[in-house]
Amino acid sequence: MSKVIMTGNEAVARGAYEAGCYVAAAYPGTPSTEILENVGEHYSADIYSQWACNEKVAAEIVSGASIGGARALCAMKHVGMNVAMDPIFTMAYAGVNGGLVIVTADDPGCHSSQNEQDNRLYAPHAKLAMLEPSDSEECKEFTKAAFALSERFDIPVLLRMTTRVCHSKGLVELEERENVPVRKYERRADKFAMLPAVARVRHMIREESLADMENYSNACSYNRVENTGGSKVGVITSGISYQYAKEVFGDTVNYLKLGLTFPLPRNLIREFAARMDTLYIIEENEPYLENAVRAMGFACIGKDKIPVCGELNTEIVRRCLLGDSSGAGYEVSAQAPARPPVMCAGCPHRGFFYTVSKNLKKVVSAGDIGCYALGINEPLNGFDYSICMGAGLSSIIGLAKALELQGDSRKALGMVGDSTFFHSGMNSLVDVVSADANVIACVLDNSITAMTGHQQNPGTARNLMGLPSPQVDLVTLIRATGIGEDRIRVVDPMDLEALQAAIDAGLAVTGPFVIVTKSPCALLKEVIKANAGKHCVIHSDRCKGCKMCMKVACPAIAFENGKAVIADVASCNGCGLCKQMCKFDAIERIGE
Amino acid sequence: MTKSILLVGVGGQGTILISKILSEGLAQMGYDVKMSEIHGMSQRGGSVTTQVKYGEKVYAPNIGVGEADLIISSEKSETLRALSYLKKGGAIITDDHEIYPMPVLTGAASYPHDAIEQLSAVVPNVRTVRAGAVAGSLGNVRAQNIVLLGALVKSMGLTGVDWEELVARYVPAKAKDLNLAAFRAGFEM
Repeated sequence: MSKVIMTGNEAVARGAYEAGCYVAAAYPGTPSTEILENVGEHYSADIYSQWACNEKVAAEIVSGASIGGARALCAMKHVGMNVAMDPIFTMAYAGVNGGLVIVTADDPGCHSSQNEQDNRLYAPHAKLAMLEPSDSEECKEFTKAAFALSERFDIPVLLRMTTRVCHSKGLVELEERENVPVRKYERRADKFAMLPAVARVRHMIREESLADMENYSNACSYNRVENTGGSKVGVITSGISYQYAKEVFGDTVNYLKLGLTFPLPRNLIREFAARMDTLYIIEENEPYLENAVRAMGFACIGKDKIPVCGELNTEIVRRCLLGDSSGAGYEVSAQAPARPPVMCAGCPHRGFFYTVSKNLKKVVSAGDIGCYALGINEPLNGFDYSICMGAGLSSIIGLAKALELQGDSRKALGMVGDSTFFHSGMNSLVDVVSADANVIACVLDNSITAMTGHQQNPGTARNLMGLPSPQVDLVTLIRATGIGEDRIRVVDPMDLEALQAAIDAGLAVTGPFVIVTKSPCALLKEVIKANAGKHCVIHSDRCKGCKMCMKVACPAIAFENGKAVIADVASCNGCGLCKQMCKFDAIERIGE
Repeated sequence: MTKSILLVGVGGQGTILISKILSEGLAQMGYDVKMSEIHGMSQRGGSVTTQVKYGEKVYAPNIGVGEADLIISSEKSETLRALSYLKKGGAIITDDHEIYPMPVLTGAASYPHDAIEQLSAVVPNVRTVRAGAVAGSLGNVRAQNIVLLGALVKSMGLTGVDWEELVARYVPAKAKDLNLAAFRAGFEM
């Protein structure tokens, strides 16, 4: 078969296909998103795949498939795994019927995440087997191995990736799909009905099987020693850190390259470490391997030299371990200005955040995870804090109490997007209503999961496999809480007057108030098509240079020679927000 | 010997696309290839960096400080931002195109208009390729990335691959002729 160039994510999808996976589910999250996108796009004939409304639901969908006898895979970003751990901890006791693979895509360096938690620590905590691929080829190979090991040892397997593995491309050899029949479903209440009496037994069985699996770990091909004659320097490493180690040390040292990292091959580690005069442990973030090596009584060099925080690369490993900073590059005195990501020209969130920013004396604003997180930036300063998916609506219940206790008269205002509403914001809103919280809860519906690159969600009427699907109407869901029609406003966020009126209505009442802003993402294909040829122009003879239009922070508008101009006509879609800001009628929409 | 190319630009300029074409071509040449990209929030007008490494055997997919043989850039302040990654003796191919980030648009920061002069003062091998202007004159500034790809392929001596076939495969069908013209223009510069 041919070799093709693939990202780690594409290779995991390919591995699932080749391994005879039948069911796959995920909630989108960088850097994991493309795994399920590729399953949906390329392998729909053989694998049923879907976006779940959150990671816990995804893990439960594939748990059911596994119990039913079908090989199944779910994928999530590292913080998504926090959401999914409830079913995963229990499935680790239960084991599987069809092979069950859980992919975690960690993000050392927080490239696009709120933390850089190291999900390797979940493997011993939950008692999951764990494989760590270090490049695209291994992503495919280890995905297939994960299914086989899951069935052989009756255990869910965690496939642990990192951003640099997910989003790097390398050559991968393609193979055919294995013919793995769905295992017959039989009632196994002694295994899957996790009541206390069952759980106590399953826990003991799991401990025994992990001991068995450790024997396998000591002997398997996924954990390998690469010896270099004569050297007494050893490196123990796993995942992407192996690649950094190889580039720094080349063939001058011995390696213990670990692929199956839970249960750890302690005998193999012991034999390797005992032969070395100097032992380096090279790993990103937490000292997971290092703690295990130290617990076996071996001295080693690890996190005393290599930082816990941030992503590694060869230059950092070389500098930290060898003290070699000779690789320093060129320097000039000029500095590049910061280039933070911004809301796109025509983004409907801009109208929302501009209006919120005008009300900051009356509200304290809480954000959430999505494109609208960009509303935090200057000059909009559209919210004060953001925590995790859904907290934009639930944290304001507590915030409102705290503000009340200190006599702060401002009202708590929180927000989630449409996808985040379906993810966990729904639960938050139920509590907002049932607690009669004195808050304004906003749902910013742009008809897509935008930040991760336009994934469908329950509100978009289309599924991951490209087929039409039933549409779940979020306004109907909100009404179903019983909040009352007089406490709900559905507005176009680009209509600044209507949005301000909605906020005023929310401020005028005590208790919960819901604002749904409805306007599709400007980058959706149908929106681009509908806006083709439309853009704004600023008539310089009428522009007074007051910079009011700059207050909406649109990347298409620049200020040159004392006048505002539409500098990037190609990206302007004529949304007209700037026109609403102009008091001198200097801005005109063209192409309508 | 492994070669490392750092490709930088601004979200929307097509940096990732030319990295894909480049990687595919290098694989066809028989090299081991790794390409690394960071996307996600950078789609929204932020800085974009991709890294392509090729040789007999490539380990790390990413490039550390002082490790790039070549920086290829479609925006000159991004060239400045990437400078520390250039190896001593390495080369720069940069467009003189300017895209102002939000802090510059709002007046909170100033734009380094003299970036290329500053770079040329310390790096012996800086070449300015007016790829955006060339693409604009061919019909659409969006083909800027393909002009740069042509210049890159020429400068690294990456022959023996049908690059035009690869370009045609990766760009939208209706923009094929424009992009082929852009590639040739970049190659012949």
